[in-house]
Amino acid sequence: MVIDRQARLVEVESWGDYFLFTFYSPEIARQAQPGQFLMIKVSENTQPLLRRPISLHNAEENQLQIFFQVAGTGTRLLSMKKPGESIDLLGPLGKGFSLQPELSGREIFCVGGGRGIAPLYYLARKLRSSGARPVIFYGGRSRTDLPLKNRLQTTGFEVLVSTDDGSDGFPGLVTSLVEAELKKRQPAYLYACGPDPMMEKLAEICRRKNLEAQFSLESIMGCGFGACWGCVRKIRRNGQEKYLKVCQDGPVFPLEEIVWQESNDG
Amino acid sequence: MVDLSVDLGFLKLKNPVIAASGTFGYGLEFKPFYDLDLLGGFVVKGLYFKPREGNRPPRLVETPGGLINSIGLQGIGVEAFCREILPELAGLKTAVIVNVCGEEEDEYARVAEYLGRHQGIAALELNISCPNVREGGRCPAQSPEATYRTVKKVKRVTSLPLITKLSPNVTDITAVALAAEEAGTEAISLINTLLAMAVDLKTRKPKLGNVMGGLSGPAIKPIAVRMVFQVARSVKVPVIGMGGIFSAEDALEFMMAGAAAVQVGTANFVDPDACLKIIGGLTTWAEAHGLKKIREVTGSLMA
Repeated sequence: MVIDRQARLVEVESWGDYFLFTFYSPEIARQAQPGQFLMIKVSENTQPLLRRPISLHNAEENQLQIFFQVAGTGTRLLSMKKPGESIDLLGPLGKGFSLQPELSGREIFCVGGGRGIAPLYYLARKLRSSGARPVIFYGGRSRTDLPLKNRLQTTGFEVLVSTDDGSDGFPGLVTSLVEAELKKRQPAYLYACGPDPMMEKLAEICRRKNLEAQFSLESIMGCGFGACWGCVRKIRRNGQEKYLKVCQDGPVFPLEEIVWQESNDG
Repeated sequence: MVDLSVDLGFLKLKNPVIAASGTFGYGLEFKPFYDLDLLGGFVVKGLYFKPREGNRPPRLVETPGGLINSIGLQGIGVEAFCREILPELAGLKTAVIVNVCGEEEDEYARVAEYLGRHQGIAALELNISCPNVREGGRCPAQSPEATYRTVKKVKRVTSLPLITKLSPNVTDITAVALAAEEAGTEAISLINTLLAMAVDLKTRKPKLGNVMGGLSGPAIKPIAVRMVFQVARSVKVPVIGMGGIFSAEDALEFMMAGAAAVQVGTANFVDPDACLKIIGGLTTWAEAHGLKKIREVTGSLMA
């Protein structure tokens, strides 16, 4: 965990509201793991006041990538940054996905809804290099919500897409696509990131199919490093339900630990 | 070389910058960022006797220049703190201040008495002003009588110096400050957060799970400076000012208005090393103004 006040933005790609940023930030890149996130200062003044939590899309050598969607004031300011600018990054933060060694040679489902695809590319890369066979599920409202589809396919991953409006791939929710595929395949594990309703549905499917899984959760965060206790979610651990910090104990939690009824609206 | 030290009478600080309770975890969270010994001191997160679950999420909402929180003092309780955290803080050369909470007046005394049996604590800060733990944001600091009784009860069971933390959600802050002083508090810190609320237009629901919360950040600074000014003129004990301090200039405003030291809160979330920057900024400012001792700023307001 370091503060890189001078992370240089080297490349910006965009598709409507979606942005892919590449930073030169050697120290953070060296420590980064899939599923971890950054707290990014988007403004030099106090509007907005807080940093924004953005998950890591990739880390390679000295570079980091983030993939995000403009969702409010903070992400809009971030989206306006230009290549060559220096940006203040704090990271890498949180506990990312834990990669099970016994998954080598097995098929692994990586399910992303909308901007929830962000951490799954880095995860899929790591899974592949450890000998597993990741299958990426990428769901969006419409085909314009799947900007990373081609990139994921050209890097050699099996990518299954779904759109709510049927404009690309499987017509319907990504969770229905996962259910359909589970009739044909027997993955050894599932990783997911996306909106809460999607994850709650996936949790139900995984339980029914006895499929082990880890989910990356979102929350409004104050600090990102455990000081404010603002980002908590209800988690069941050691037989007890309690509020744990998404920033420090997560953002990735095993499926069986997440208590859904107290979910954050965030 | 500028002398940044300040003397609160019961406690000497190497500089006037203290990290505020509720924004600094138990201190250890900031160790990766800098040497805690560089601080004047820090106040650990408020402790009840038992562990506490805190309020239902969402717990945070940003507003212009501010942050409303409704954490609700989630924490590990005083026993786990003394067993697991305090030994980790031993050996630090900075003032470790423990923030003391209570469901009712007797619990404050129980927590303080328990802490008093342990080494390594420079002072206690009595949190009689959290707006997030009782119905309607009520707290003892809203009544001079309850303030007097709580301080008195705690004084009776511990010899540790007390800093009483006041609430801005009152009609007359000086009446509460005087009550705390009369009950024997060694210092007064203010302000805690302002009771606040935000509404989500889409859902027509409050944005916080607990409906109301406490506003902090730059938005509240002018109110905090005013209240520090009022209290510093009314009491003899030292005043520790806080509320939206993000820069050395902010800290100096509080000191001129009468604060002997300051606390930095919300800024720690945005910049984990905010306190260090402010300490550095105080030296720079003093040098630029030919000042040898920062404590000369306290109460230097021309009014």
